[in-house]
Amino acid sequence: MPFRAGLEAVLIPLAALIFSMVLFGAVISLVGVDPLAVYALIYKGAFGTWFSWQNTLRQTAPLLLTALCVALPAQLGLVVIGGEGALVLGGLAAVAIALAVEGAPPVFVQFSMMLVGMTVGGLWIALAGVLRHYRGVNETISSLLLFYIAVAIMNHLVEGIMRDPASLNKPSTRHIGDANMIGAIPGMDVHWGLVFGVVACIVVYILIFHTTIGFSFRVVGGNLRAAKMAGLPVGRLIVISCFIAGGAAGLAGVFEIAAVHGQANASLIAKYGFTGILVAFIARHNPLAIIPVALLLGGIEASGGLLQRRLDLPDATKLVLQGIAFVVILASEALFGRIRFFQARPA
Amino acid sequence: MEEVGLGWWGVPLAILAGAIRVSTPFLFVSLGECLTERSGRINLGLEGTLVMGAMSGYAVSYLTGSPWLGVVVAGFSGILFGALHGTICSLPKVNDIAVGIALMVLGTGIAFFLGKPFIQPKALHLPAIELGWWSASEQVRTALRINVLFLIGVVLVPALLWSFKNTRWGLVVRMAGDSADATLAMGYSVRLIRLVSTACGGFLAGVGGAFLSLYYPGSWNEGLSSGQGLMAVALVIFARWNPARCFYASLLFGGAGALGPALQSVGITASYYLFNAAPYVLTLAIMIFTSSPHRTLAGAPSELSVTK
Repeated sequence: MPFRAGLEAVLIPLAALIFSMVLFGAVISLVGVDPLAVYALIYKGAFGTWFSWQNTLRQTAPLLLTALCVALPAQLGLVVIGGEGALVLGGLAAVAIALAVEGAPPVFVQFSMMLVGMTVGGLWIALAGVLRHYRGVNETISSLLLFYIAVAIMNHLVEGIMRDPASLNKPSTRHIGDANMIGAIPGMDVHWGLVFGVVACIVVYILIFHTTIGFSFRVVGGNLRAAKMAGLPVGRLIVISCFIAGGAAGLAGVFEIAAVHGQANASLIAKYGFTGILVAFIARHNPLAIIPVALLLGGIEASGGLLQRRLDLPDATKLVLQGIAFVVILASEALFGRIRFFQARPA
Repeated sequence: MEEVGLGWWGVPLAILAGAIRVSTPFLFVSLGECLTERSGRINLGLEGTLVMGAMSGYAVSYLTGSPWLGVVVAGFSGILFGALHGTICSLPKVNDIAVGIALMVLGTGIAFFLGKPFIQPKALHLPAIELGWWSASEQVRTALRINVLFLIGVVLVPALLWSFKNTRWGLVVRMAGDSADATLAMGYSVRLIRLVSTACGGFLAGVGGAFLSLYYPGSWNEGLSSGQGLMAVALVIFARWNPARCFYASLLFGGAGALGPALQSVGITASYYLFNAAPYVLTLAIMIFTSSPHRTLAGAPSELSVTK
């Protein structure tokens, strides 16, 4: 990428983010809260201390994976927004398999949780891809409907056959057992999902930009007719990309279970899948850019609690900030190619 | 009057009653989306508009004591969001589907943020018309207690149908949806037409939201809307961009939404959560059966990105 184009890809989203912070401050001051105090608290809650850093990194881990669920299909021109559904079902499947092979060595249990969780998540999003290609069903709407169906399936199973009779107020499945939990990265209170997320981003980056299949993905996204003329198996490519994407979100669900909750219940639906959409759009669907953006938004997620406690702001405050940032980022797309400084000079 | 139990007959009755009650927000959102999509743009953000309408309608009804003022304010908040969508989509290189998702997040975010103080208090509800006064059965009377907004929606259907066909505005909107080039050649501004259509669509979606909080379920909380705004978008595709079919489809979706609670009321609770997913499954099934990978749908505005 030429230097100036690279600068453009970094500076425009950055300027858009700063502008959204200003807009957010304006909204905040409407309800009589000092925006500067809010900025300071967000910084403190996100990156101020080692404790908040760890908190941020814990939030970052699932965001890396759910953002991939949006960014990879986006290479083919698909807008998949149902990653949360794959996360929920991936997590639920992980619990199911862990309870099924109870008593097996922990390494085996953890491995099967990942395998099954990723497969189930992958199949769930692949379904949206199949419907898109073979039935012409809009994947944005179908993937979101699949999220609601996934939640219904989870509620049905958690309130039904998978329910632990001991869970009274909050219906939950049985715990997978402390031995089977995936522990923390040595030296910090952050689970291994972070490492898996970063590795997944790098792997998907290589897949998209340095492999033949990744090139085919981008051809499909760039010009569908050209892809068909070139004889690319468009349907198969769509389904494969959706499967990998769903697998990433499913893995996020596995870590939510195996490293955080230990059992499936309503806490599994933490809307990481939806924040992941925003991460992917800010990163302009570049898997490497997802890493810093996920860290930033993970920080905002992590500071939500502090805002709630200190300034008595509702939990939805971060949703307002995310919504504003999302709108501004999309509007800033219009600036690309319009600012003369960023354009390559004619040789 | 003696209470008459209906037993199993209560199920179809409850579904019918539910269809009318649950369908009203679907009806308003789908009519609004129908208008927007006819002009050649898709607004997925109506889910956010719906929640915003529900919150602002409830808040205004609580603060002023007038639910109808709440409905109007809800509509205006919808116009605001519609206009925002229309404006951003007018910029070059901006994807209308992505902007819709962003506005979904923003709408729900602002609604939850500003609506926090209104979760507890009780606001005045919209009035309903008792069409079941003749019946001795409480169930029948409840079923036939029909909200005024539903009737307004029913009147809107032929009105919209007629205007699409017979008025200058209807023709211009359809032209913008079918060919931006032809519209430009006729000397109209495509952007302005789509902006106004999206804003008006937003108004209707906001009113639909006010129904949620001011009549059924009739309270404001953060779990009020669960994808109705989005299902309405799918519903418009199923209804082939025809307001009359939007009405039938809304009733169908309302009935599907009422299935779970209706079965629960006669004691079938085993698969409650699965029955609750009925509207989503129905939407998906309908989209699978009505879409085709080979041809664009009959009646689809040809400028629309989802059908291309």
